[in-house]
Amino acid sequence: MRYGPRLMQAPEAASGRYGPYGGRYVAETLMPALDELTHAYRETQSDSEFQAELESLLRHYVGRETPTYFASRLTAELGSRVWLKREDLCHTGAHKVNNTIGQVLLAKRMGKTRIIAETGAGQHGVATATACALMGLPCEVFMGAEDVRRQAPNVQRMELLGAQVHSVTSGSATLKDAMNEALRDWVTNVRTTHYCVGSVAGPHPYPMIVRDFQAVIGREARAQMLAQAGKLPDAVVACVGGGSNAMGIFAGFLDDESVRLIGVEAAGEGIETGKHAAPLCAGGVGVLHGAKSYVLQTSDGQIIEAHSISAGLDYPGVGPEHAWLKDVGRATYASVTDSAALDAFQLLCRTEGIIPALETSHAFAYLPTLAQELGPEADILVCLSGRGDKDLETVLEKLEERG
Amino acid sequence: MGRIADAFDDARSKGRAALVIYLCAGDPDLGTTEDLVVEAAKSGADVIELGVPFSEPTADGPAIQRAAERSLAGGTTLAKVLQTVAAMRKRTDVPILLFGYYNPILAYGERKLVEDAAEAGADGFLVVDLPPEESAELREWAIEKGLDFVPLVAPTSNPERIARAAEAATSFIYYVSMTGVTGSKAVDLGRASERAGALQREVGRPVAVGFGVKTKQDVASVAPHVDGVVVGSAVVSIIENAASHDEAIASVRSLVSELAQGLARQ
Repeated sequence: MRYGPRLMQAPEAASGRYGPYGGRYVAETLMPALDELTHAYRETQSDSEFQAELESLLRHYVGRETPTYFASRLTAELGSRVWLKREDLCHTGAHKVNNTIGQVLLAKRMGKTRIIAETGAGQHGVATATACALMGLPCEVFMGAEDVRRQAPNVQRMELLGAQVHSVTSGSATLKDAMNEALRDWVTNVRTTHYCVGSVAGPHPYPMIVRDFQAVIGREARAQMLAQAGKLPDAVVACVGGGSNAMGIFAGFLDDESVRLIGVEAAGEGIETGKHAAPLCAGGVGVLHGAKSYVLQTSDGQIIEAHSISAGLDYPGVGPEHAWLKDVGRATYASVTDSAALDAFQLLCRTEGIIPALETSHAFAYLPTLAQELGPEADILVCLSGRGDKDLETVLEKLEERG
Repeated sequence: MGRIADAFDDARSKGRAALVIYLCAGDPDLGTTEDLVVEAAKSGADVIELGVPFSEPTADGPAIQRAAERSLAGGTTLAKVLQTVAAMRKRTDVPILLFGYYNPILAYGERKLVEDAAEAGADGFLVVDLPPEESAELREWAIEKGLDFVPLVAPTSNPERIARAAEAATSFIYYVSMTGVTGSKAVDLGRASERAGALQREVGRPVAVGFGVKTKQDVASVAPHVDGVVVGSAVVSIIENAASHDEAIASVRSLVSELAQGLARQ
């Protein structure tokens, strides 16, 4: 099967479908807003003024392009050549800002006067609050009470940036519940409000829009690998919660058949314990938050709470394009436990002087397995999606538990 | 013609709107739900919307969210809801519209659900997160089995979407009175009902207005304009506040009887 550009891009443009996945499973009230958003987004794609403004902000404000860096000490440690796409060096410390700058710019153009967002780790919330401060729009962020607790520094950041943070106590009080509450707000204030979705999840056109805004990661990385390594990578690895950093970096390589694409999900306490956040590896097909994809659910179709040490991966669903990439075999998906992620976190700190986010640490935790398989001649590109300052408290607590 | 359309016709012929009452199946337990449906029908409910609980009720406000949580905590499944429908069918002829979200339906199997629902004696489906774009199959299979498919129209729906809903409707159209979740405070129910009334005249199908309808006065402000009035969160709340099975039955009886007094069209 050939994964040419037409095959990769055609599905969602017409129908919002990636094979059987995606679509729009939302209340009727929201359907016109999704049409409006799709239409407005299409207009911006051929609007050179919009594109120039976006590019200028990404360059001068976000700090793009971000480097691709050859991690020599990590390479020595693991046995394959490892390259890091440094999204942790983006303004606000993670890739999330690539998307929020784009969406808030789009919302402003659409005449929306208020922005809402959901957040798990708080990185998307901070990135949305940042874009709103930059463009002068009021911002409200929904965050699970459990995440408010474990990601306190990001709550403080959002508030300093002028955003109002709503602590969501319903359900498991994590990312999925924050998204439920954001949807309830949106259905109430849909005429004036843009819902800035943070991942490649949700109803069409969100998976497409977020993927496109994040695709800058993959475009840059591909050119950088060719320039610096003189070749394409043999494998591209990224962590997958909803899947936005993975989709962003994968987008640059979808048509390069020689490049393996590997997404790493959170196995939490272990897939076999049932306490994980790995719908692609261990879930089934269902509909959650407006799209059909893989989800964690009971046999009766009730959503199961996800479990991960990382707030940003603690989500029982995943973007529909990942579901499709899995089914057609273009990408493969693995999972690593909390404990393995913690080890990888420390490894990167000590070998490269980089403190990664716990989310990102999951991608690194898969490298020993992959390096063993690919050997010393292979080049592995990892999406270093975010920095880990926000996770220090969690990490130190867990390390202390280990003794 | 099915039981739901009959109920709307019957109400119209009596010079009043039809009263549609929402109950969350399994709140507090399925046995009580069966009794509540029978009681609501006796007290003046023309149609029952029987809520099938889902863990992520994104279109619902706090009252129905809590009801769904209680129901799921008690072990309610779609299969058990259908068993309950079969049991209540032996006690009442009131039309029963299964009301819920798509994922439990997908997990059950759409085709199998339609067959089992027909067998149990349910009368139709309303799926909150299944807009016309995604509902063609379920609707077609439902019609094959003689079941209704009830589409929603919202204040944000444009003429094109309204036309599509009208085409999809087999009995009535559910008009959402406001942009919001269930149980929100109605901004201006009278005006919303006028718009719904215009919709009903335009498409030539019965329209029922729901969201934010809580009291007899609310019912009275809707009833002159359309063929149906839906009350949900208010009913769910009194069940939540009832201290016992008997108290729940008694308060539903009294609320539904009172709401029914607002249905007349003068």
